[in-house]
Amino acid sequence: MPEGTLCNKKPIDTAEGITTLLADKSGAKYYEEMKHIEVDTDLLWETIQKTCKSRIRTWLEICAHCGMCADSCFLYLANKRDPKQVPAYKIQSTLGEIIKRKGKVDNKFMRNAMRVAWSQCTCCNRCGMYCPHGIDTGIMFGYLRGLLYQQGFVPWEMKIGAGMHRVYNAQMDISSEDYVDTFEWMVEEYEDDYPGLTVPVDVEGADIMYTVNAREAKHYPEDLAEAAILFHIAGENWTIPSKGWEQTSLAMFAGDWAACKMQVESVYDAMGRLKPRRMVGTECGHAHRASVVEGPYWAGREDGRPPAESIHYIEWLAEALREGKLKIDPSKRIKVPCTLQDSCNYVRNHGLRDTAREIVSYIVEPGYFIDMDPNRQNNFCCGGGGGFNGIGYFRKERNVGLKVKRDQILATGAKLVIAPCHNCWDAIRDLEEEFEIGIEWSFLKPLIIKMLDIPDHLKPQEEDM
Amino acid sequence: MHGLLTGPLFYISLGVCIIGMIVRFYKYFTGLNWQLDRVAYKKYPMMGLKGALRSIYKWLIPYGTYGWRQQPVMAAAFFGFHIGAVAIPLFLAGHSVFLKEKIGFSLPYMGSGAADLISWIAIVCLAFMALRRLVLPEVRILTDKSDWGVLLLSFLPFATGLLARYQVGDYGFWLNMHILAGELVLLAIPFTKLSHVFLFFASRAQLGMDFGIKRGGLKGTPMAW
Repeated sequence: MPEGTLCNKKPIDTAEGITTLLADKSGAKYYEEMKHIEVDTDLLWETIQKTCKSRIRTWLEICAHCGMCADSCFLYLANKRDPKQVPAYKIQSTLGEIIKRKGKVDNKFMRNAMRVAWSQCTCCNRCGMYCPHGIDTGIMFGYLRGLLYQQGFVPWEMKIGAGMHRVYNAQMDISSEDYVDTFEWMVEEYEDDYPGLTVPVDVEGADIMYTVNAREAKHYPEDLAEAAILFHIAGENWTIPSKGWEQTSLAMFAGDWAACKMQVESVYDAMGRLKPRRMVGTECGHAHRASVVEGPYWAGREDGRPPAESIHYIEWLAEALREGKLKIDPSKRIKVPCTLQDSCNYVRNHGLRDTAREIVSYIVEPGYFIDMDPNRQNNFCCGGGGGFNGIGYFRKERNVGLKVKRDQILATGAKLVIAPCHNCWDAIRDLEEEFEIGIEWSFLKPLIIKMLDIPDHLKPQEEDM
Repeated sequence: MHGLLTGPLFYISLGVCIIGMIVRFYKYFTGLNWQLDRVAYKKYPMMGLKGALRSIYKWLIPYGTYGWRQQPVMAAAFFGFHIGAVAIPLFLAGHSVFLKEKIGFSLPYMGSGAADLISWIAIVCLAFMALRRLVLPEVRILTDKSDWGVLLLSFLPFATGLLARYQVGDYGFWLNMHILAGELVLLAIPFTKLSHVFLFFASRAQLGMDFGIKRGGLKGTPMAW
């Protein structure tokens, strides 16, 4: 059949479409249909001719097949050095082959390409640092995902995720009203402990416009309150936009570039409307990459930057601690062996390799921090990046992929992993569940709140208590 | 035969190589697209240039990058071969005389002892790289006929050059074979993986600009990618 009813080349643009797809449990029918959909080879080749320019073509052509990228890939290492997991092989046998055959590939080929693109690469870009020719396979896999998405060969959850952005401007079915209500409700929960705590909505000209990962509103609402508490204690003039508050882009993981543009423009529109001095995003790597690093390009901004200066949460936090806006009670510093997970998306892909370590220097008792090896821009992906965490179809492969991070953590002897990134946080939670290595994991917000030295005037007064 | 090889065929192969690479360079850089590549190339020319030069420089230094240091043996073989592949054609005394006669200028040349040593190192490293292709599963899976072709093309000028140098059998024959091998390499450069002779600089420059402009450069974080 050319198209399935659930699995097809059409993006999801309606709430009904999402409901219908969600009703197909684990995508059983969706993946069954995928076995029979037709590849539009003309469209595939035409798209490649229009979008595959000199960079990727040259990369594919000059790859010397030297295999130096092999050891750089955590999935190659986690899978007992399976040669089929060598980055160069993975991309040459998928994208390379499609181009060699001028797009004339069949359904079976595309299904395999989908498996490779979403379960054998998290687009962490580590291999790019190991190739003498400067070939970044992660970038090429991002490109391949776009081609596969266009043809309907995309994991069920990713298709739904991209659809969510198209319908709700968020990766989950949370309307703007739901979001603001959740934020306000969570803040109310804490206002007795922090007198004067509020969540300023749609304030124009604030110093900070705060944006989040929709998972917070849906699954970890306390994270919203924690952000409010820290801005409040730091005395920041901040606001949240009622629209354009979602910083993530599952569409980026799905390869739905049109939805990426829609999503990031909603954030930039909020900047245009509220004119904040700068945007602070939450503790999330992919969110930062989507709206700060890659987003400007989807939105067609020639300067490669968002309309307002945009920083990651760790940048704001490091600054607040450095400038004394937030003070740490030294007696409450972390006194268990702990380590730090570097998120590929803001460390390797945006240079923030020392910022989180500066925070560590304020909050961890000297002698208790042990860095992973390797670390900073050489750190391994947590095992759940690029959407891998969320794809049930590839859960087994994802769990194998967690092994490298597990071993890195075990080698440090740490009992606590600081993970200022949603994907990393999820992956580390899952690896503890899967392998039970006896660790705890945390975002920075709850850790910092526990050790704050709060000025007297911000503490609850006796009559309030 | 000798006249043909050192005359028209020499000029043709050199011309094809130079023109071919100019064309490929031109097409590479004009084919970059700021929006598709997601790098604001033109907006930050200085950061881009800095990133590009840094990336090229770091990778040209033996063990200058984390990547090289992770694979010390391979890095040694890489440089062992590539130093020979660049130095011998340009700085061998015989080549200098030949180039002066044919194109009117030549570069300073090295002594024959150094040239012999560099050539032998290159041959040994090449043999190591061939062996690596056979032995290591992660390299074997990638290796195809064209990789063997490139290795053979790289081997022939050294092998024939040394046979002529040590006058094994008929000197004139090996000299002609050597010139032919060299010309084959020149002809193959623009059309095969040997294009990396030039495109290495192009590709590295691009990734250098990517990091310099987008992935940390503007944050003041120089990374030796």
